Amino acid sequence: MSEAALACALLALDPTGLKGAVLKGDAAAFLSALKQLSGRTCHRVPPHIGIDRLAGAIDVAATLKSGAPVHDHGLLAEARGLLLLTSAERLPLDRAALIAAAMDHGAPFTVIAHDEGIDDEHAPMILIERVAFLLDVSTYEPLDIDIGAARALLPSVVIPDRITEGLCQTALALGLSSIRPAVMALRAARAAAALDGRLAVDDDDAGLAARLVLAPRAVTYPAVEDEPEQPAPQDQPDPGDTEDGAPTPQDLADRLLDAVKASLPEGLLAALERNLRQPASRSGAGAVSQKAGLRRGRPAGTRQGEPKNGARLSLIDTLRAAAPWQPLRRRSNPVRKGLQVEKPDFRIRRFKEKRETTAIFAVDASGSAALHRMAEAKGAVELLLADCYVRRDRTALIAFRGKQAELLLPPTRSLQRAKKSLADLPGGGGTPLAAGIEQSMLVADQVRRAGGVPLIVFLTDGKANIARDGTADRAAALRDAEAAARALRIAGVRTLMIDLSDTRTGPARRLAEAMGADYLPLPHADATKISARVNAAMQA
Amino acid sequence: MTLRYPFSAIAGQDELLQALLLTAVDPLIGGLLAFGDRGTGKSTAVRALAALLPEIRATSCAYHCDPDSPSAQCDACRKSATHKLRKLPIPVVDLPLGATEDRVLGALNLERALSHGEKSFEPGLLAQANRGYLYVDEVNLLEDHIVDLLLDVAASGENVVERDGLSVRHPARIVLVGSGNPEEGELRPQLLDRFGLSVEVRTPTEVKTWVEIVKRRDAFERDPEGFSAQWAKQEDQTRRRIVKARKALNDVEVPDSVLERAAALCINLKTDGLRGQLTLMRAARALAAYEGAKRVTDDHLKRMAAASLRHRLRRNPLDETGSTTRITRAVAEVLGA
Repeated sequence: MSEAALACALLALDPTGLKGAVLKGDAAAFLSALKQLSGRTCHRVPPHIGIDRLAGAIDVAATLKSGAPVHDHGLLAEARGLLLLTSAERLPLDRAALIAAAMDHGAPFTVIAHDEGIDDEHAPMILIERVAFLLDVSTYEPLDIDIGAARALLPSVVIPDRITEGLCQTALALGLSSIRPAVMALRAARAAAALDGRLAVDDDDAGLAARLVLAPRAVTYPAVEDEPEQPAPQDQPDPGDTEDGAPTPQDLADRLLDAVKASLPEGLLAALERNLRQPASRSGAGAVSQKAGLRRGRPAGTRQGEPKNGARLSLIDTLRAAAPWQPLRRRSNPVRKGLQVEKPDFRIRRFKEKRETTAIFAVDASGSAALHRMAEAKGAVELLLADCYVRRDRTALIAFRGKQAELLLPPTRSLQRAKKSLADLPGGGGTPLAAGIEQSMLVADQVRRAGGVPLIVFLTDGKANIARDGTADRAAALRDAEAAARALRIAGVRTLMIDLSDTRTGPARRLAEAMGADYLPLPHADATKISARVNAAMQA
Repeated sequence: MTLRYPFSAIAGQDELLQALLLTAVDPLIGGLLAFGDRGTGKSTAVRALAALLPEIRATSCAYHCDPDSPSAQCDACRKSATHKLRKLPIPVVDLPLGATEDRVLGALNLERALSHGEKSFEPGLLAQANRGYLYVDEVNLLEDHIVDLLLDVAASGENVVERDGLSVRHPARIVLVGSGNPEEGELRPQLLDRFGLSVEVRTPTEVKTWVEIVKRRDAFERDPEGFSAQWAKQEDQTRRRIVKARKALNDVEVPDSVLERAAALCINLKTDGLRGQLTLMRAARALAAYEGAKRVTDDHLKRMAAASLRHRLRRNPLDETGSTTRITRAVAEVLGA
């Protein structure tokens, strides 16, 4: 039986208690099953939904037409069934925050976020945090199940204390920092018992809840080969034996951890990796700034449009636009008194705003100089971030070494996060320059899609020796690197090449030309110098 | 419409709860910043505080002015000789992340403008929050222009609107409470300094605490009425204690020796400006009042030092020592261990 199908049944059983789910993969079958099982209607919420439509506002056009105020109460106040967020990874943070606030205040809807993100794009954390399940539904198989009887049972299902304790211990052992999932796990266990026709939660229910709710959020992971005596890496308080012969919460936690382990044999590392790189608010800041053209910055004239979603009506210009039409409108609508303003007259203000820049450091971590170089790059990132509160810019760091490039620090504004991610840096090995260039292009592309301006900073001597396919072939490596560099030029991303070699005519210079980068020879680069140069480039 | 989780039932966040209570005892402490992991009950605590706050007497205007303090009234209230009075709970207003300037400051009332052709001001969230709390969840993700505006209002206690042909000023004495996760973005030092106290909220590491939190949370959500009734007595006690402390506040003595040590502590830590020292003094006094002490002692200072000062230390990006550690060290030096 597929876990997704079980999750679907649990969600249909307790839609308001479990609050919802984040879905990955093709969700059509899951959704239709959920709709059918829960008997709830479904509102589709696209990521570009207007704030007014969500939170409610006065409907200007309708108000004008009828001559009396017309209010739109907004989806969040009206929605009762399933709230389906399509392309949830693109949902701007301000919208997500409104939805989260409504959930906190006990709104009766169930949030189903369909996350179609790739790489480390994901639905907004504030929503992930508030729903019970994170599911991959591409393997969903329908389950023939009737939840009518279970629904009647659910309110009377009880949870023994030792199961509550076991679930909490499991959550702690998995390194969860938020308590919400533990509460959700309790509910999921209760729903599982009801589904099975029981009035008391048993260990299997707890196991299911641990697998469905806690496992996908695991941050640390007890090693699979661990001896059973030592299930969790952290020291745990004395479990306190129970006398009645039932397994202690500690035993239960061990078994739950085993269940969690067994449930995620593959794809686990990838999932953990995602969790460990605790996502920042990627979908947030950027997506907001796309809209910002109508909300903030220096005034830059007006244009036709409706005053909603934060766009501001320019009264004078609206009146000016309406003025020439007055005789005509009076003739066609003689009953109405006063100025006749219609929808096409609306003029809204436009603002010009400096967009946020993200400096993407791509650092050559190969060879013997790696340690020193990485330390300086890290220093430069931290110095830049310490400065960033002024401009609200962000930085990211990619290291390439051995056979591949790795995104060590996704775009962030947080000094604290940078320190954490860059605490110990790998170094040594070959120079897969092409991989480094490609990875930085990917990140730059993400930044752009989120509405920001990327700036790539390479710190390398340009001496590539690992080809794209991972073989140690110097000639092929250089060819691949140059091909990647040309692609970068076509993508039109601003690039700064800091050449760390002693000669100014080496391969780094040729690469800089191929990628159309600003070339900067800095053989003895240190953190302060680098950050000053990058700072200047960011503000240019 | 929905019941809020009772304040007294929040487990495992003692520093946060204490700091919140003190802002209720003395609003002049100037707000609170709670930074830490998600899902640790920050928002729950702030929203729960609302139910604990005593009622205030207010005029019937949109800004619920204080009838006893003419200098903090709106123009209309100041001009009228008699006020229609009402009793109100102290407002706790949520500022959502996506809020527009219009929503925060107030704006031209479009409804009236369109349907009646009248120019009138529609008060915003700042008006609603006057004499109470303005709560910003994810304050570090708030857009800059809104942050600037909040800074200005929090400092001046007045909201000045000059836009859309409107010219309005009204009192906006707000206690700013912010929460957020520092890994998602830092707060500008200017904004940090505006918060009186700051608390680092951590996930409890004890299974026992987790179990207690989870159980209570679950019990609340299954039966809000019953759960709230269970805690009503504690809530009442805390409420009475706040009222009593508010009354006692002005009679709590602050000896010069304590003030000197507070100053020495701030000098030792090289905090910028005087705001830190002032907050430390006020927080220690509020704590003394809340605990029924007649006089502020070194012990009160010691206990409030971290919350009052940790967000005011100059940061060196290359220095790894946490602010709290630095304060503990300075406290040991100045006040003795």
